[in-house]
Amino acid sequence: MKVAVVVFPGSNCDRDIFSAIKKITGTKPSYLWHKEKNFSKFDLIVLPGGYSYGDYLRCGAMASHSPIMNEIKKRSKKGIPIIGICNGFQILTESKLLLGSLLQNINLKFVCNKAKIKVTNNRTIFTNKYKNNEVLKIPIAHMEGRFYCDKYTLKKLIDNEQIIFQYCDIKGNLKDANNPNGSILNIAGISNLSGNVLGMMPHPERCSEKILGGNSGIRFFESIFESFN
Amino acid sequence: MDKKNNLKNLLDIHNLSQKEYQKIIQLLKREPNKLELGIFSAMWSEHCSYKSSKKWLKKLPTKSKHVICGPGENAGIIDIGNNDAVVFKIESHNHPSFLEPFQGSATGVGGILRDVFTMGARPIAILDSLRFGEIKKKKQKYLLSGVVSGISNYGNCMGIPTVGGECFFSSNYNNNILVNAMAIGLAKKSKLFFSKASGYDNPVVYVGAKTGKDGIHGATMASAEFDKNSKLKKPTVQVGDPFTEKLLMEACLELMQTNMVVAIQDMGAAGLTCSSFEMASKGKCGIELNINNVPIREKNMTPYEIMLSESQERMLIILKKGTEQKVKKIFNKWDLNMSIIGKITNTKKMILRKDNETIANIPIELTEKNTPEYNRSWIYPKKRKKIKKIIFPNKKEIKKIVFKLLKDENLCSKKWIWEQYDHMVMCDTIKPPSYGAAIVRIHNTSKALAMTTDCNTNYCDADPFIGTMHAVSESRRNIIATGAVPIAITNNLNFGNPEDKKIMGQFVMSVKGIIESCTKYKIPVISGNVSLYNETNKSHISPTPVIGMVGLIKNTKKLYKNNTIKKNYKIFLVGKKSTNIFCSAFLDKIIFKNTKRDLGPPPPLDHKEEIKNGNFIINSFKKDLISFCNDSGSGGMLISLIKMVIDKNIGFEINQNFVNNTMTNEIFFKILFGEDSGKYIVITNNERKLINYAKSNKINLIEIGKTVKNNIYINDEYISLIKLKDNYEESFFNYIK
Repeated sequence: MKVAVVVFPGSNCDRDIFSAIKKITGTKPSYLWHKEKNFSKFDLIVLPGGYSYGDYLRCGAMASHSPIMNEIKKRSKKGIPIIGICNGFQILTESKLLLGSLLQNINLKFVCNKAKIKVTNNRTIFTNKYKNNEVLKIPIAHMEGRFYCDKYTLKKLIDNEQIIFQYCDIKGNLKDANNPNGSILNIAGISNLSGNVLGMMPHPERCSEKILGGNSGIRFFESIFESFN
Repeated sequence: MDKKNNLKNLLDIHNLSQKEYQKIIQLLKREPNKLELGIFSAMWSEHCSYKSSKKWLKKLPTKSKHVICGPGENAGIIDIGNNDAVVFKIESHNHPSFLEPFQGSATGVGGILRDVFTMGARPIAILDSLRFGEIKKKKQKYLLSGVVSGISNYGNCMGIPTVGGECFFSSNYNNNILVNAMAIGLAKKSKLFFSKASGYDNPVVYVGAKTGKDGIHGATMASAEFDKNSKLKKPTVQVGDPFTEKLLMEACLELMQTNMVVAIQDMGAAGLTCSSFEMASKGKCGIELNINNVPIREKNMTPYEIMLSESQERMLIILKKGTEQKVKKIFNKWDLNMSIIGKITNTKKMILRKDNETIANIPIELTEKNTPEYNRSWIYPKKRKKIKKIIFPNKKEIKKIVFKLLKDENLCSKKWIWEQYDHMVMCDTIKPPSYGAAIVRIHNTSKALAMTTDCNTNYCDADPFIGTMHAVSESRRNIIATGAVPIAITNNLNFGNPEDKKIMGQFVMSVKGIIESCTKYKIPVISGNVSLYNETNKSHISPTPVIGMVGLIKNTKKLYKNNTIKKNYKIFLVGKKSTNIFCSAFLDKIIFKNTKRDLGPPPPLDHKEEIKNGNFIINSFKKDLISFCNDSGSGGMLISLIKMVIDKNIGFEINQNFVNNTMTNEIFFKILFGEDSGKYIVITNNERKLINYAKSNKINLIEIGKTVKNNIYINDEYISLIKLKDNYEESFFNYIK
């Protein structure tokens, strides 16, 4: 399986994702510079976290106009799996590859801690190694992570089972107290309608080793690789 | 008369003395022009020249067989084996952060990160040591929020985890806050870079952000005390752009993989002036710059403004001649400016040109040799007397006291602060901010670094000499309690106005304290910073010599195979039970209820005991006899123990042998809350071996109790862990509201 990690100016989780994928699956990803327009075939494209273009204008807004994004949009239509984590998620909503948008956290502060999320939909290529409604402890680190959309869009997301992860308590209940940023319906991650594009605020690459305080992210990467094989 | 007044004004603006002015005339053999005066003013500012402190700093122990580079470069470097080198330094941004907290602290972080990657190291962690005034004051809340957002914004955007530090509040910092930032980086020993220029005709290259009008006179501003007009100094604060710095860092690290760089230096304090002068001075060569080629942000900037601007995110690089085009390609990739602004010469002079005319001509070697060095007079700080009448509370109040202390702004959890810092990015943070030192793994290896900053204000206020030795000793205990072996320190000496001999006395004794402890512990000082004039209208801060220490863990896999905790693990005290109450948080907050500055003499410090107990801990870790360890630090033994278990959801029970009802109130509280030195708390599931090992090494090992579920049991009282945790973790959120 060929994996690409896209590097925008200001990306800063590119190396983390690279290392996690390599460690867990044995596959060494390639870095793709954002100015690339023609690049070879990849079976998975990852948009990592960070501060692309310094988060100037709006998070992800400038990156969504990077030369590479045209080609990524084309490939998404062909069904190539694409993952956006944190700033990557913001780039995907700004590029309209995913619905909704990500606003500033409700308390207007950056938040970095371990959140609890549940796997709301495990029938995806990204989550099939988890049980449905399984609760995971997973790091978050963002200033603009409040998922927001209008009620028609929200209904679409619910009806089409596009909500993949939601913030919750230890038992999987969606409570305000466990919602770190004020996201609508506690949404932490969604997919597109055809299920090949996923955006999520939490960082699975940060919980892929026990020594870092958790390994609930390992099965995330395993899911994708097993789906491919 | 007018000319005389003009000169006086000019010298005042530049913070230069008449004597210094005469020296400049002597050096140049003529009167300086305004540009030259500005250059001298920056070069000879306290901030850049260390003129008051140099005499004493020279005496610091800076060598060991592992030190690759000590003080004097952008940061210190230490060898940790396998071609790996650790680069680190601490630096202050106190004055600017008080004037403009967000930009002041952000650029503080930016500056220290540049110091580290300039040496060829990728920064892997940031720590911050902060001091504010009383938290209940509106102004202080504003400063705290601003400083934390500034650090958070810069560090998070750079993608470098902020993993630790400390934050302390006291009325002694109401008018001068302290913001010290430490950065730690990792380099290959074979790929290190320095600032020494060489090679005649080699091009001098400017890269990074354009030069603007911000931060002019920043170094001079930071070398004077504040008064009622200080607000007007706001424009001397620089404005940071972490995005440009991230690009600059990646571009520089990419460039450093090649063999095209001769020397490199960041433009920090006093900007282009200091960086170009220092590079040439270190290389004993000359430098010629063409001001027309400096990229500027706005039109019509004068050479004076260009040379003294402290705009951020800029680097000066000496390249090998002929590599310019290849280098330009790298900077173009990262969308950064690169401009050839001059060359290295053999004239030993700094020559600045504009429109083909010479506008400044300064002899480098002579100026360097004649940099003022003051032997400022000083007196021994007054010793504090023991306080005779101390009325201890009743033992029955233990529960109330525990809640009160853990709620205190200085002892409670600073989650509010560190949750705003990305402390996990780079995926190597093994021990995130909580208590004691942080641990960061060396990527792709099983080695790790432990890192901490420390300085107990109460102790240093009572006695700068002993207080500073405590700062070194406590940092060392923090490092050892993670299982690491201390390798080196950096220090940030924050004091008031050195022209006051009492303050100078504090400074001198503090430096002597570092010398004493570092020599005994055989830990070298590899870098540091001095921040003087932390004073407003003659009221000065407490002496605050912040120590940043780094330790090495050779094998994380072995070390952390045992770090689980269950009930019935035994808890031990390594060292004697405390008998001191002076200078403790207990005396300050519980007995005196925060009303007195005199808390008596500092706790006694015994280096021998420190070394003996420290070695015992290091070896016990190696033998796998320790599950968790913490040093008994500020707040005393009980507070230190609670901090160890509180986030692990396990309680404990203290044995009747350790404290009980037959004890007097005084003895009881001294054991639980007294502060002194050389003590560690150890949690183990291997008690028999630990006891035997302690016996054979003649170590005082006293059983405190054992871990239990859900509650804390002391004497006849019990405390619910959940309630205590809420009290500990949430109280800071209320202070800041």
